[in-house]
Amino acid sequence: MSDKKNSAGWSRRDIMKAAGAFSAAGTMPMFFSRGAWAAESFRNDPGNSATVKLGFNVPQTGAYADEGADELRAFKLAVKHLNGEGDGGLMNTMKPLSLKGNGILGKKVTYVTGDTQTKSDAARASAKRMIEKDGVLMFSGGSSSGVAIAVQSLAQEMGVIFMAGLTHSNDTTGKDKRRYGFRHFFNAKMSGAALGPVLKKEMGTERAAYHLTADYTWGWTQEESIKETTEGLGWKTVKTVRTPVGAGDFSQYITPILNSGADTLILNHYGKDMINSLTQAIQFGLKDKNVNGKTFEIIVPLYSRLMAQGAGKNLRGILGTTNWNWALKDAGSQAFVKSFGSEYGFPPSQAAHTCYVQTLLYANACEMAGTFYPPEVIKQLEGFKFDGMGNGKTEYRAEDHQCFKDVLVVRGNENPTSQFDLLEIVQEVPRAQVEYDAKIFGGELGPYKV
Amino acid sequence: MDAIFLQILNGLDKGGAYALIALGLTLVFGTLGVVNFAHGALFMLGAFCSVSFYKLLTLSKQVKDESITFFDAFKEQPYLEIWFGDYGTAIIDYAVPLSILFAIPVMLLIGLIMERGLIRHFYKRTHAEQILVTFGLAIVLQELIKSFFGANPIPMPPPEIVSGSAPIGALFGLGESVVYPWWRLIYLAFSGIVIAAVFAFLNMTTYGMVVRAGMMDRETVGLLGIDVERRFTVVFGLAAVVTGLAGVMYAPILPPDYHMGMDFLVLSFVVVVVGGMGSLGGAVAAGFLLGILQSFASMNEIKSIFPGIDQIIIYLVAVIILLVRPRGLLGREGVMED
Amino acid sequence: MKAPTIKNDILVMLIFSAVILSMPIWLEPLGASYPDLLQKFAIFGIFAVGYNILFGLTGYLSFGHAAFLGVGSYTAVWSFKLLTMNIFPAIIFSVLLSGLFALLIGFITLRRSGIYFSILTLAFAQMFYNLAYSVLTPITNGETGLQLARTDPRVIDRLFSEAGEGLPSTDFFGLAMSGYSGFYVCAIILIVAFFISQRIFHSPFGIKLRAIKSNQTRMKYTGYSTRPYLLTAFVISGMYAGLAGGLMAATDPLAGAERMQWTASGEVVLMTILGGVGTLIGPMLGVGIIKYFENIFSALNEQGLHQAYSFMPDWLSNILVPMTSPFVGEGWHLTLGALFVFIVVFLPGGIMEGIDMIKKLFSKKSSEPDFEPIEKKTTPESGK
Repeated sequence: MSDKKNSAGWSRRDIMKAAGAFSAAGTMPMFFSRGAWAAESFRNDPGNSATVKLGFNVPQTGAYADEGADELRAFKLAVKHLNGEGDGGLMNTMKPLSLKGNGILGKKVTYVTGDTQTKSDAARASAKRMIEKDGVLMFSGGSSSGVAIAVQSLAQEMGVIFMAGLTHSNDTTGKDKRRYGFRHFFNAKMSGAALGPVLKKEMGTERAAYHLTADYTWGWTQEESIKETTEGLGWKTVKTVRTPVGAGDFSQYITPILNSGADTLILNHYGKDMINSLTQAIQFGLKDKNVNGKTFEIIVPLYSRLMAQGAGKNLRGILGTTNWNWALKDAGSQAFVKSFGSEYGFPPSQAAHTCYVQTLLYANACEMAGTFYPPEVIKQLEGFKFDGMGNGKTEYRAEDHQCFKDVLVVRGNENPTSQFDLLEIVQEVPRAQVEYDAKIFGGELGPYKV
Repeated sequence: MDAIFLQILNGLDKGGAYALIALGLTLVFGTLGVVNFAHGALFMLGAFCSVSFYKLLTLSKQVKDESITFFDAFKEQPYLEIWFGDYGTAIIDYAVPLSILFAIPVMLLIGLIMERGLIRHFYKRTHAEQILVTFGLAIVLQELIKSFFGANPIPMPPPEIVSGSAPIGALFGLGESVVYPWWRLIYLAFSGIVIAAVFAFLNMTTYGMVVRAGMMDRETVGLLGIDVERRFTVVFGLAAVVTGLAGVMYAPILPPDYHMGMDFLVLSFVVVVVGGMGSLGGAVAAGFLLGILQSFASMNEIKSIFPGIDQIIIYLVAVIILLVRPRGLLGREGVMED
Repeated sequence: MKAPTIKNDILVMLIFSAVILSMPIWLEPLGASYPDLLQKFAIFGIFAVGYNILFGLTGYLSFGHAAFLGVGSYTAVWSFKLLTMNIFPAIIFSVLLSGLFALLIGFITLRRSGIYFSILTLAFAQMFYNLAYSVLTPITNGETGLQLARTDPRVIDRLFSEAGEGLPSTDFFGLAMSGYSGFYVCAIILIVAFFISQRIFHSPFGIKLRAIKSNQTRMKYTGYSTRPYLLTAFVISGMYAGLAGGLMAATDPLAGAERMQWTASGEVVLMTILGGVGTLIGPMLGVGIIKYFENIFSALNEQGLHQAYSFMPDWLSNILVPMTSPFVGEGWHLTLGALFVFIVVFLPGGIMEGIDMIKKLFSKKSSEPDFEPIEKKTTPESGK
């Protein structure tokens, strides 16, 4: 074959050229490498600069773009309040408070934004941009556990603190926990623990549950946690079925439920998947069914107001849990709803709330530490007890960086008084009831200094 | 037995939907030879026709909720209800079927503008360029919808009377648990009607005959003195309408959001190619085949033998069919093979 | 056969190397000079250059190359977990394993051509993606992505030292793969990859591939069996993709399933077409534009716009900021989509076409362009 010629043509001249390219690279000065930092200093030390920069990494495109937009609004509000502008929001109610409304440690707060696209790769790329180019001291945000876990490990590698946004998987502060990652949001384990007593009261102890579970880590951890709770109540688990993420049409998974003998459907889906599967399940008449002499019930363990908007009337009467709701009457929640509502003209979502609180908590920890040096800030956050942020008495547990606070059990509102009044609070489950041993999930936080 | 029956029905239902959604794509593919990556966007625009129509019908008088002080919360009552009472309520209830009437002219217009303004200039360009331009167009359309309606799905309830499920078990002498949603049955019937109408148009009218002749051999038809270009414009418009209608009727099953088109794009391509390029019948057959197989692959009994089979069944079937039959189920030689 | 203009090749090679290696300097004013993005430019450059060997030369439009990228990434991370944090073996394994997968998939899919081939490759990639996301979680760690753990065996590293307190980081024989040194490693690999691709383009093998593109039937009639050539091109481009995947894991040791989704395959198709199919430099330009939009444009917000317009009088920037802000930040997709349409309408051959047009404007003597997309004049050599 004439290809033989080719290999001959490769030889001398080309190798010389390749060698040339290599040596050109070799002579390339290496003084560009400024990534390394000595032991005392730390990455992105603001030094004498008059400002500090925070990074807000939220989904701006893709399925969670609306949630991301709401998170961004909350971040902007938090920056305003930290800099002493606006009405101060939760800084009026937070206890104990070290913030003075003059930025963080006297430095004015500025911010950069980025798009996670709800993809691990894109989220990490965006976070790296913030860290390497913009020089952020802390970054926050996100709307999925996969992304949270991916950027959290980046935070550890880079030595920059990550204050997680919306992430509900047990793994975030369980087997994938990191010293540089903190989560204010609750998790699947706590959802299960909070739902338990309510389910017992409303549906009794003799039920047969059928799970439809999104086939990825978050879905699995939630299925496991809810199953543990319901089986603890004496319920039977008829079947747990895994469904592909983003399936769109779930009908082929719903038909087998009809004559499975189950009388309860538990949807371990989130976002668009949950909106679709719930809408379709209700069209199959599941909610009007009678099985084993009981009315068929559907449970959606994790709720958000945006999901409730998407599901519309279908969500009415369905039980679930949520991290926070704007209708709460405590002073902290009211203060936050007031400043967010008057700024933007509508109430904040739970994602907005958790992101706002996370930003304030980080800033407050810096004030307490008197430095931006991450290991010191982390030590302040670990075990930090606070109140007045809308969730009652809260503690950042030192062992796994998980916040422990009251959990809301909610129900889709049967009779809403306005377009925002979608969730009705059934019960505020006290913190003691949702606490668990940090050891059960394993994992290790890693070192303070990286 | 009941389970098998339900799964067959579910497969038919899915198949009908797949066939209808892919119908417009195969028309454009087969007739115009254009790889239309904006097909999903047309489907999405159709669904948003029903959303806009619904929003139009439910323009509401807003009564402020005085208990909320930090922002304006309203309890809404549509003007239609205020003006026409129960008739107004009934009209709103039937928003989705009524929006078909709204969607046909809108989608036709969109199709004509797309063809005249952009697609027409790409008939003779390479497939790669067609992909780039239609993909770009799809992104632009998507982002425009997002800026108007947001990214969150919007619930579109079907008419109250068909929002539940039909007790078909009793009809066939099966168990009582055999029920199926009315709306899905309607969708199945609807897709049957639309597909039959398109077939009739292409096979029984002279106009359709010329279009089909153009599909086979554009040059000769052109030499006969027939304005092929114009007919192609009409075909593209027709494809846009069919795809749009598929979207309108799908809205109650899948609350529309701006990204739904991309989710159905790959599926449509698989259906069309498995059916065979340039064959409408093939696309329909492939739609039903894939629908039924997907439904059965999702049964727990099958999943326990082949874990994850329901995730890949569509692609697996596509691979097998294309390897056994080089041009899909009913494809013609020489269409899009170079 | 047209003699490849050797002098020209060397010149192109030198300019290319200089441009790539000096990226940290000339990208600074564009706000794109930081290690991660520079690494991404180089890595996706490798991916696109390799993809172009298949698509640009043979015209076979694969919609499944992201699968090889994913295989490369997973292989590399497993090599970090089991063997050593040195990227050398990781990269070798990535290239080999993705080459193996490419051989298997190419062998099956190349039985068909045109759109049927595209859908076959798409189907394989989607199967990979769906399985990696769910049932293959023990190997891929599903949605979360495969990550390093402190307790991984890393048998080769353990021979030399004890496990540290934190997670180890990747290196190339002591040279850290993060930061600017990581970029230079990727850049040099890119230059080598580009060099190989240039040799392929101008080799008899490359010319045969182009002949397949222009007329496969004629090739067959002249007695050539085209499939071995196609398969070779497919495997080579698959190995390029695996190399890119391996490097992605090397610079950032995490491998996620979404890297294999059809949209990821679509991205490299778009990059190639945008820059100019079948040209040597084109795909690199496509990479630059898409990655720049994704990383820099998406991060612009009103605050940033005000800064960008700070040289203008206040009243002008106050008008311009609200006018431009829908197109940056969360609107970056919109701008990108519009750009696709714009480029393909006005520059049929991608950006390279535009550059050629400019070139012709300046030099009256219209010498033959170096990167002619399709060799229309080439006739396949007869006989063997």
